[in-house]
Amino acid sequence: MEHFAIKYLRKECLPTPFCPGCGIGIVINCFFKAIEELGYKDLRNFVFCSGIGCSAWIPSPHFKADSIHSLHGRSIPIALGVKLVKPHLKVVVFGGDGDLTGIGLNHLIHAARRNIEITVIMVNNMIYGMTGGQVAPTTPKGAKTTTTPYGNIEKPIDAVKLVKEAGAVYAARWTTYHVIPLKNSIKKALTKNGFSFIEVVSQCPTAYGRRAGFKNPAEMLKWFKENAIHIERAKAMRQEEIEGKIIVGEFADREAKGLSEKIHELIKQLQEA
Amino acid sequence: MALKGRNTKFWQGNVACAEGAIAAGCRFFAGYPITPSSEIAERMALRLPKVGGIFIQMEDEIASINTIIGASWAGAKAMTATSGPGFSLMQEGIGYAFMTETPCVIVVVQRVGPATGQASKNAQGNFMQVRWGTHGDYAAIVLAPNSAQEMFDLTIRAFNLAEEYRTPVILLADEFTGHILEPVEIPEKIRVVNRRKPKDLSKPFFGSDDPREVPPMPEVGEGFNVLVTGSTHNEWGYRFTSNAEVHRKLVTRLYWKIEGNAQKIADYENAIIDGAKIGIVSFGCTSRSAYEAIKRAEKNGMKISHIRLKTLWPFPDWIIEELAEKVDAIIVPELSLGQLVREVERAVHGKCKVISITKIGGGEMITPSEILEVARRL
Repeated sequence: MEHFAIKYLRKECLPTPFCPGCGIGIVINCFFKAIEELGYKDLRNFVFCSGIGCSAWIPSPHFKADSIHSLHGRSIPIALGVKLVKPHLKVVVFGGDGDLTGIGLNHLIHAARRNIEITVIMVNNMIYGMTGGQVAPTTPKGAKTTTTPYGNIEKPIDAVKLVKEAGAVYAARWTTYHVIPLKNSIKKALTKNGFSFIEVVSQCPTAYGRRAGFKNPAEMLKWFKENAIHIERAKAMRQEEIEGKIIVGEFADREAKGLSEKIHELIKQLQEA
Repeated sequence: MALKGRNTKFWQGNVACAEGAIAAGCRFFAGYPITPSSEIAERMALRLPKVGGIFIQMEDEIASINTIIGASWAGAKAMTATSGPGFSLMQEGIGYAFMTETPCVIVVVQRVGPATGQASKNAQGNFMQVRWGTHGDYAAIVLAPNSAQEMFDLTIRAFNLAEEYRTPVILLADEFTGHILEPVEIPEKIRVVNRRKPKDLSKPFFGSDDPREVPPMPEVGEGFNVLVTGSTHNEWGYRFTSNAEVHRKLVTRLYWKIEGNAQKIADYENAIIDGAKIGIVSFGCTSRSAYEAIKRAEKNGMKISHIRLKTLWPFPDWIIEELAEKVDAIIVPELSLGQLVREVERAVHGKCKVISITKIGGGEMITPSEILEVARRL
């Protein structure tokens, strides 16, 4: 029997070029599970936008859909342009932590502030993977990378909290260990009428794990399992106790009118006047 | 000044540019405020929603260029407007629009640079940047208005060229042309070129056998499953990041799509006069001083030929060559330390003398007297 997700993929582009043990396969699987459960037979109503990096290759060229593989960090402005012109389309951005919280952070904050009706799925592997394992804004403190040979002295960014404060209607974080809640979050994000954001903490055994002392990808998943604390449980814990842990769960889930709806309402109003 | 009937407006150059865009079918504008181009954004904010278009002010110029690229792939005719610093930020996006064959219009209202320079002062220092600003092998279409009327007319042409050649087109104005208030005549009939879209999958979206041919452009959301990428790609959009042949084929085609049609794209006022031993090559605001200098020279019995460039790139070598064959010297006045002059020298190829008149800073113009003085000394 054919795998359920094959219908959403360009067969000629398989297998994917991702490293053995990479978390991206899990993210793709969860995404298509969500798509199938939402009842989409194909990706006709979707446009996928991505930037540069391993996660930017998730939709392009693998998804059997329209996809715009843009410049490093610029997937969100491209997605915004598409959504404003064609608000009936579902616009989904896939990107890495470097793409979305490094070079493209400005756009991420403003997209959340504007509440543009797009879904951003950020695969956070805590490293610049494609360029060979340089420190990222998400790299944990102390981690050895190719550009922090003496350990990372900077503090990692919390993208979920940032977009929540900026105005996202939905913001969640899971890891590649949490496949069922991740799939459920993707379903929810895709049905929101506003800016929705999901961070998936994911393993990069090639560029991060082996330097951080993980012997294999499974050890990294085990690390996610053991270090993840649900947001509800974290609320009752002291700051020292949650330091260095991965807080998972839904951080924001609310309703607010989105930007494209507001713009098109204004246009209608002015044209009728 | 008397306005000749209802179809004549008294507009600022930047306003005329915005109105020209709307007349050409532009229905999407994304921009970031910057002197001396902001009036274009302000006019678009006021006018676009009333004609069913979308205006958005972005967080920076990088976002602006990328947003109009997204809008263009969704089927809209899209534009942004900026000045030097913002244009510098847009370079990577312009390369992306070229590589992905995304029609869009970028208006650059020049000011004094480099860096912040003198924000409100007139200059022409972007002549080379509009051609060579982005990395890699690239060909640009650049138009250069010299009046409020041309801010209207050439903006329309910029949109038409963008659609015809499926490429970003730059309108290179200057602070003088952007801020001058002049009558603008709205023609009764305006030629508008619309996008050539595919009907089916019979022709690839990123390739053609004849390098001068322009492939059809699909919109997202119409079931074409289009693959758009700024990486090297084959004629169906699939990435080939190591294959030399795929890269050569793609970039050579993109280059010749424009350079191979240079004769059709180029536009200039040809005022080569029989018997004139002196010529002037000019563009933009400086051309207005050149006109006055030529008029005064004529009164004194001196003949001067003039080529006023309305398109800067692809550079019309042939007309400069023709001028060089007829005169002893060509004067090139420009508000930079000498950019256009290098291109003129290249085209002249030693056939006559080339004299550069330069001026930078403070928005000061090269005066007709200064041009005449150089002409007299020849």
